[in-house]
Amino acid sequence: MNIDSIKDGIVIDHIQAGKGMEIYDALKLKELDCQVAIITNAKSQKMERKDIIKIDRAINIDLDILGFIDPESTVNIVKENEINQKFHVGLPKKIVNIVECQNPRCITSIEKDLDQVFCLTDEENKIYRCKYCEMSMK
Amino acid sequence: MKNLIDIKELSVEEIDQLIEKARDIMQNKEKYAEKCKGKKLATLFFEASTRTRLSFEAAMMELGGNVLGFSSADSSSVSKGESVSDTIKVVGGYADIIAMRHPKEGAPLVASLKSDVPIINAGDGGHNHPTQTLTDLLTIQCEKNRLDNLCIGLCGDLKFGRTVHSLITAMSRYKNIKFILISPKELKIPEYLKRETLEKNNIEYVETSDIEEYMDKLDILYMTRVQKERFFNEDDYVRLKDYYILNKEKLEKAKPDLCIMHPLPRVNEISTDVDDDERACYFKQAKYGKYIRMALILKLLEIED
Repeated sequence: MNIDSIKDGIVIDHIQAGKGMEIYDALKLKELDCQVAIITNAKSQKMERKDIIKIDRAINIDLDILGFIDPESTVNIVKENEINQKFHVGLPKKIVNIVECQNPRCITSIEKDLDQVFCLTDEENKIYRCKYCEMSMK
Repeated sequence: MKNLIDIKELSVEEIDQLIEKARDIMQNKEKYAEKCKGKKLATLFFEASTRTRLSFEAAMMELGGNVLGFSSADSSSVSKGESVSDTIKVVGGYADIIAMRHPKEGAPLVASLKSDVPIINAGDGGHNHPTQTLTDLLTIQCEKNRLDNLCIGLCGDLKFGRTVHSLITAMSRYKNIKFILISPKELKIPEYLKRETLEKNNIEYVETSDIEEYMDKLDILYMTRVQKERFFNEDDYVRLKDYYILNKEKLEKAKPDLCIMHPLPRVNEISTDVDDDERACYFKQAKYGKYIRMALILKLLEIED
């Protein structure tokens, strides 16, 4: 199966198989008016199976959202048909308004104007805690 | 240091300075009698807590300052639906420093992000109560003359007990501390605290449900009340509330210089026959709370000697 290479844009590679659509939705890629290709279950030497997203335009993507969903993914920035920049995403230190705190005792449960902020407190165990009540994300 | 929201914000050096200042205040009360003249402390208690509020108010009065505020959400504009941020912005125009208690966890942090004047967290739900921890540290320093080389028994509700969590966090930074964690299995210390504080800092600890098992080893016995407001299920509260009752008999094997502490109010967990024991420090502890709050107010208002 062939999908055209892109001239200027972004390739999100090494996505854990099955998470491609979740990332597509979370990054709101359907709102773009350029071509976006989602390849699922692609063969990978490193991962056996992986998903890939190709975006046919140089856009700013929210790396915090991407890293939260799949920290092992990589981003390739393509310029003039060449990979200009490539980096591993990793876990974001802080995520804002992606998930809501489930603690009924948290101030965010009654003050809805507050940003929902979670901070990475234990990188090894991938634990995020609410900035306000410090309850870990379920 | 602009606010005090969480005890973790304070370095060991800052805690030592506050303790030193509190001890100086205790010995030289007259020197501090007018240090806050012309300053106002607002006590915003969105949740009732008589002793903490009175302790803050007494602290400010002994520094020569004035106090204003409210003692429950019913008597504040919160009952009309006002946000914490709005309340703080308004009160910041009336007071020089604010002590705030709120049933929702994180409310004082929200306040501190919006306030132009210093905010002191006077307790937010089951989360933090840093001035209680400072009180506990001052008590230990005054009664044991050290904050290191201690075997500390914590007894009762170790799951929801915020004073216990904060004390463990604070004491874990001192040398050669050992904890004996005494609780029923339903109220054991949370796993994250064991992993992220005790084990991460290589602190020795033992878990037991028997209050007498390690009694002869303890330098400090910190009793806690099982708090009704922390339970969603009343049956669980009723079953666990009187699980431990410390009495003279249980203290038979205890060291003669044991320091018995309790954040108060006490219900049944310490029998009144212990009150006359020289080792009972909980009423002195409440008094120490006023002095450490005086030291904290001076520090946050940047009032020097």
